Amino acid sequence: MNKTELAEFIKSLEPECEVKEGKQFAEAAVPSTKLHSLAKSLKENDATAFDFLVCLSAVDWGQDIGVVYHLRSTKYSHMVVLKVRTADRQNPAFDSVTDIWMTADFHEREAFDLMGIRFKNHPDMRRLFLDSSWGFPLRKDYVDDVNIVTR
Amino acid sequence: MEEKVISTGIDEKEEYVINMGPQHPSTHGVLRLVLSLKGEIVKNVEPHIGYIHRGIEKMCESITYPQIIHLTDRMDYLSAHINNEAICLVVEKALEVDIPDRIKVIRTIMSELTRIQSHQLYWASFGMDLGGLTCFFYGLRDREKVLDIFEETCGSRMIVSYNCPGGLMYDIHPNFQKRVKDFVRYFRKTLPEYDDLLTGNVIFKERTVGIGRLSLEDAISYGVTGPSGRASGFSCDVRKHEPYSAYDRVKFNEVLFNEGDTYHRYFARMEEMRESMNIIDQLIDNIPQGEYAVKMKPVIKLPEGEYYQRVETARGELGVYIISDGNKNPYRVKFRSPNFVNLSALNLMAKDFKIADLVAIGGSLDLVIPDIDR
Repeated sequence: MNKTELAEFIKSLEPECEVKEGKQFAEAAVPSTKLHSLAKSLKENDATAFDFLVCLSAVDWGQDIGVVYHLRSTKYSHMVVLKVRTADRQNPAFDSVTDIWMTADFHEREAFDLMGIRFKNHPDMRRLFLDSSWGFPLRKDYVDDVNIVTR
Repeated sequence: MEEKVISTGIDEKEEYVINMGPQHPSTHGVLRLVLSLKGEIVKNVEPHIGYIHRGIEKMCESITYPQIIHLTDRMDYLSAHINNEAICLVVEKALEVDIPDRIKVIRTIMSELTRIQSHQLYWASFGMDLGGLTCFFYGLRDREKVLDIFEETCGSRMIVSYNCPGGLMYDIHPNFQKRVKDFVRYFRKTLPEYDDLLTGNVIFKERTVGIGRLSLEDAISYGVTGPSGRASGFSCDVRKHEPYSAYDRVKFNEVLFNEGDTYHRYFARMEEMRESMNIIDQLIDNIPQGEYAVKMKPVIKLPEGEYYQRVETARGELGVYIISDGNKNPYRVKFRSPNFVNLSALNLMAKDFKIADLVAIGGSLDLVIPDIDR
């Protein structure tokens, strides 16, 4: 499917999504409560067959904090981008997609480690790179007087 | 005399937890694997990573795009040139710069040379992991020849930083074509030696065939790309599926196997070296004339938006995801590094095999630790 068809398809699956055709891929802003069900149906539906989670990136948009999922279908080679965001910067939490794509295991631990986003139902939600005494360095409000030089 | 039984204190019914690493020759860097063992059988592998986490993604947010290139070298240092290319491609795509053919062809040749030298080091260290020290000398002997070509053209051997947005840092050395052709001719002769030493070796086959099998479904679910994924039948070669640079004008085969065991992960890389030499053969005599770099603005600012570019490194798919807010430095950079993802499948593959097999399986994934930690 091309970008337009994918955007329409996602809209029909989940009417609460805000879909748009990005420059490269179809993009969908998903409400965080609908993420898991939409991801599951995108993978299991034969017309889309998104069986490969390429990239999971945690992003700090200033006000909001969220996660961007790049999905690809190995059958059709089309891609789609899902985005979830929340305004709760203290305890951001989304549903884990580990049961859908196993690769999400490490990706979500990385997102928790560097951005402080928790994933519900993740089998092993621990920090990955850093010690538990660190803050969440990829956040924009992270302060490190020693190592970050501001110009 | 009554026989004395000395209790070892280890109950075989219980799992025994040991550390493998961080300093261990077969973890190829500072990777710590916490193993749960039952006798000699591995029951669980838990990778502990982050020993060389440098925060490259955070650093990228405070530097400019041409500067980021020099950080990408330091991720997967054996695919340094290909990592550079990923950043260059994403910047060029965002600014809609037209890249002349000369640059594309040179980039492709350099990428394939990088792939060959990476697989040579893989072959060398994999042989050594399994107890064949000869491989290490043979592999490094041939790799020197590629590094010499890099040194002549790029000025450095491993951390080349040869690409820059809009083209290349400098033109190729006048000897470049001759030396590359010499190398390919030489390596065609020496590659059968590699096969003689390892590929057909009975001991090697006993250690690798059927060990650490990864099914196609698991390879896709875990996102195992590169030669490791293609050994399981996962057709994931970015050069085929989304050709960049000059890959759309060369003929080559995507190396695919269905077995997915350690032996085929090894063999896929051997075949890839042959394919890489074929690609170089097709391009080396046809480097078009022209400029080696397009003139770019002194300060590169990406238009506001999001960009994703993937390239095929020696280990799999490297994805670069850049969010730009229109400034000279990116708002957020995410590297989808192939090793990080491949490592996550290690537990699945090594379960219920012996510790010595774990070394073989880990070696066959060709992990580069700085790429995992970033």
